[in-house]
Amino acid sequence: MSTYSEYRTGEPVADTKAPDGPINERWDRRRFEAKLVNPANRRKHTVIVVGTGLAGGAAGATLAEQGYHVVQFCYQDSPRRAHSIAAQGGINAAKNYRNDGDSVHRLFYDTVKGGDFRARESNVHRLAQVSVEIIDQCVAQGVPFAREYGGLLDTRSFGGVQVSRTFYARGQTGQQLLLGAYQALSRQIAAGTVEMHPRTEMLDLIVVDGRARGIVARDLLTGRIDTYFADAVVLASGGYGNVFYLSTNAKNSNATAIWRAHRRGAYFANPCFTQIHPTCIPRSGDHQSKLTLMSESLRNDGRIWVPKAKGDTRPPAEIPEDERDYYLERIYPAFGNLVPRDIASRAAKNVCDEGRGVGPGGQGVYLDFADAIARMGRKAVEEKYGNLFDMYARITAEDPYTTPMRIYPAIHYTMGGLWVDYDLQTTVPGLFAIGEANFSDHGANRLGASALMQGLSDGYFVLPATINDYLARHPHDEVPDDHPAVIEAVTSVTDRLYRLLSNNGDRTPDSFHRELGELLWEECGMARTETGLRKALDRIPELREEFWRRIKVPGSGQDLNQSLEKANRIADYFELAELMCLDALHRSESCGGHFREESQTEGGEAERRDEEFSYAAAWEFTGTGEAPVLHKEQLDFEYVHPTQRSYA
Amino acid sequence: MNLTLRIWRQSGPDSAGRMTEYDVRDISPEMSFLEMLDTLNEELILRGEEPVAFDHDCREGICGACGMVINGEAHGPERTTTCQLHMRHFDDGDTIDIEPWRASAFPVVKDLVVDRTAFDRIIGSGGYITAPTGSAPEAHATPVPKPAADTAFEHAECIGCGACVAACPNGSAMLFTSAKVVHLNSLPQGAPERESRVLDMVGQMDDEGFGGCTNTGECATACPKGIPLFSITKMNREFVRAARKA
Amino acid sequence: MAYRVPTVVPMAVDTRTDRRPSSYAGILWHSTVGKKTAMAVSGIVMLLYLVAHMLGNLKIFFGAAEFDGYAHWLRTIGEPFLHHEWFLWIARVVLLAAVVVHAVAAYQLSRRDIAARPQKYAHKKKRASYATRTMRWGGVILGLFIVWHILDLTTLTVNPHAAAGHPYANVVATFSTWYGNVIYIVAMLALGLHIRHGFWSAAQTLGANRPGRDRTLKAIANLLALVLTLGFIAVPVSVMTGVVS
Repeated sequence: MSTYSEYRTGEPVADTKAPDGPINERWDRRRFEAKLVNPANRRKHTVIVVGTGLAGGAAGATLAEQGYHVVQFCYQDSPRRAHSIAAQGGINAAKNYRNDGDSVHRLFYDTVKGGDFRARESNVHRLAQVSVEIIDQCVAQGVPFAREYGGLLDTRSFGGVQVSRTFYARGQTGQQLLLGAYQALSRQIAAGTVEMHPRTEMLDLIVVDGRARGIVARDLLTGRIDTYFADAVVLASGGYGNVFYLSTNAKNSNATAIWRAHRRGAYFANPCFTQIHPTCIPRSGDHQSKLTLMSESLRNDGRIWVPKAKGDTRPPAEIPEDERDYYLERIYPAFGNLVPRDIASRAAKNVCDEGRGVGPGGQGVYLDFADAIARMGRKAVEEKYGNLFDMYARITAEDPYTTPMRIYPAIHYTMGGLWVDYDLQTTVPGLFAIGEANFSDHGANRLGASALMQGLSDGYFVLPATINDYLARHPHDEVPDDHPAVIEAVTSVTDRLYRLLSNNGDRTPDSFHRELGELLWEECGMARTETGLRKALDRIPELREEFWRRIKVPGSGQDLNQSLEKANRIADYFELAELMCLDALHRSESCGGHFREESQTEGGEAERRDEEFSYAAAWEFTGTGEAPVLHKEQLDFEYVHPTQRSYA
Repeated sequence: MNLTLRIWRQSGPDSAGRMTEYDVRDISPEMSFLEMLDTLNEELILRGEEPVAFDHDCREGICGACGMVINGEAHGPERTTTCQLHMRHFDDGDTIDIEPWRASAFPVVKDLVVDRTAFDRIIGSGGYITAPTGSAPEAHATPVPKPAADTAFEHAECIGCGACVAACPNGSAMLFTSAKVVHLNSLPQGAPERESRVLDMVGQMDDEGFGGCTNTGECATACPKGIPLFSITKMNREFVRAARKA
Repeated sequence: MAYRVPTVVPMAVDTRTDRRPSSYAGILWHSTVGKKTAMAVSGIVMLLYLVAHMLGNLKIFFGAAEFDGYAHWLRTIGEPFLHHEWFLWIARVVLLAAVVVHAVAAYQLSRRDIAARPQKYAHKKKRASYATRTMRWGGVILGLFIVWHILDLTTLTVNPHAAAGHPYANVVATFSTWYGNVIYIVAMLALGLHIRHGFWSAAQTLGANRPGRDRTLKAIANLLALVLTLGFIAVPVSVMTGVVS
């Protein structure tokens, strides 16, 4: 057994920012109690924002509108390409335009319950409150949401809820919302209030006298390492799903920014809470470089099934109705095909494990639109899902209008992330984390169409309000560029890149990434066991050691070097993967996306153990390969009382 | 299948480039075009050579990062992005020419990577609706007729990949610019800035050194998102209208 | 690896509003879109003229007296309100302006276009239609033709017959030479191609095209190209075949 897993439990951590009192008044009170920066003084403050997705783009634009000087970074060639753009389905908001019984409280309730009671109530309630303003904001920006003939906004329902509160723009909601934020950001860039650095990657955080004061970043085109100083640093760098190699994340999405921040003192919370999305296109072979998601909205009209018999290899059209098992409708009659993602994913894994999976390798289930086409007509189905069907046909060369789609779960989203308080501030003062980069709102499982809501809520409304308080309490002062902390941060970055470039081993960065990903998917994927996790915890340090011994990175550090970028990100994945496995091992209950085989009900459902685990696990870094320290944030549920989730 | 690739290699913005030949073996028809290039790059790294640099990110056809001219066509023979092009559209033994986008407004950075920041500056010059956070009225205050909403959406689908510029014999960015102009100018929310938007965006487009439109229609044929050529017609109309009112 | 502390300079991107020309013509002429508009309008002016010109040419089939009489009448249009030949001169000035605007805009836009795509693709692919690809060279051919045409039949400088006041005889003389026929017919074929793309392109540029109108516009473009080409070529062909002599 490695010493890494002998973690120590330290002092509990608590959110001290959320006011007491009725939950629906807390956000108002916090905004009132927070100190403000005089508008005239704002331009003296510089805020660094890393990432330009929904959270980062919205935050950068909004902070600049408020008068702050924003310095923003993205590794892509344009801020418009952040991976939020790939979100398909929609964005939740408690508008209750349908008059179907929705309310802020119901969205709050659904989100806490959907998250399997592992999220902080105050944060989730605020998210539900703000959701309403997000839609207004986006419409004003010209986001072309789907509309009905009367000219009003259309909504649809999504997994895990029984109201129709999801606003959408065909299957490209993320794209349209991101372009809205990008356009707002572009306006500020043109006005000179946001200094944008595309193709520039944050490689370390600069912490001076206990406060986050800047970052070290590499210009990906020239290889130049620069330091950038600010009064506060905001990480909006997204999640860490790419640690699995195969995921629905963009190829270059990475965890380096948050991991470097973690190494500099920010606690990392609930790293094992990863979400497996049930409706992805199955992999077609070993060459697979990434997985493609099909929006969950497909489950509104598609029916999921597998053959009743094991090893039934007949084409789907030849399998008669009574030999099909619509297993979600059978097991969960109330929610049917619309059960939350974790449940749908696990059910798919179970039927495939039973040998009833379809397609190559038996790793797939059918998502069938025959009934929907019969009911609504092909044209209506086309109108609703046309682009998704096209995408499926392009990738698989099969026509989903005539033959059922094949789907299989894949890593999609990470609920874990940097621990933040109600103000979205990490344990490093002056360092904020927003969007998927933080851990705050989704608990152990995120509901569909809630990621966009959270990203925009954090970026447009929450952070721009809470960061004022921090900046008001810390008047601007210069960081000396020869401060030992600055020199140390720069040296550690340059040393590491030098080490990667000069190693000249015999294995490619991708080969390591693939191996690590497969290990994690096996042992820390959809179902986790103590034995498997311990095995992974033994293997990861070996692999990490091998990486540093055998890695081969061609080229130089003086120009565009994509292998170097990759290798540098993978180096962080090894450390992160280890923490994920440890977190998964220590949390011996099942909850949300985290399913421990040892902790299930007789019916095979996840069994939560609230008396032991009703906390967020915030981990403190102590050194590579060294046992981290666990800080528990106790979760109290005043408004939504934990019950065993039931969607039957 | 086995293929011969002829790829544009250029080590930096100021160096000369040339077409270089590579052989790739055992390519599966299920692979995407980029996965085929991944295979080549893995081999190149192991041989101690620099892998071919190309932009890519989401690999699901929406981020707009990828783009190369394959056998003389932007994004290759299918009407989709390079990442969504699959090897089943090629035959065993084929020779495939792979080149970067060519336009003086898109200078080559390295190999197949070009600098498309001109597009960002076009958006920054007016491709937005001024709606500072917090100032928005209730979403249902202004209903948008479905046809207008649909037109806006159709044009908002642009992913900014630059295939239109690459395909145009004049290196023109008219389709990119018009897509954003038509998206925003179709909506009631975009009306207050309707004139300044089109004048400023066309002005910025010209300043960036893109060519003019000669209505060859190559852009709309290459566009992976199907932005129609009529988008340009509409922008022309908006432009003349705005010039008259200015 | 060098490292430096960057000086934070906000990217000063001035808003274009300050630099925008203030007049309608200025805005048009200073942008590619506006310049194309000028080309479209001048092209349509010339196209309308060509329709009239072609119809007038056909009078040659009714004999020398009628043709020469028609030519004389052109000088008297508008009298007595206009002085003798004033209408003709007004028309010439308008046409000259159209040609100049059209050519200068085409020249400037073409230089821009070529500069915008300095490097060709190594893999050649057939692009766009023939008419589209020949717009530039076709334009140059037509420009040279106009010069020759004026020297031939207006100033009579290069006309083999060169009898002022006798256009019928002058026309017959020109088309009795092999080079006269070749120059004229080549130019008229170029004109057909030019109109075929140009008319539709002008509709695009002026924003007059719509999804429902596209096919009609293309059909009109083809029809105009065909009718004008055939109408103009009818004259030299008739002279060659002896129908007109």
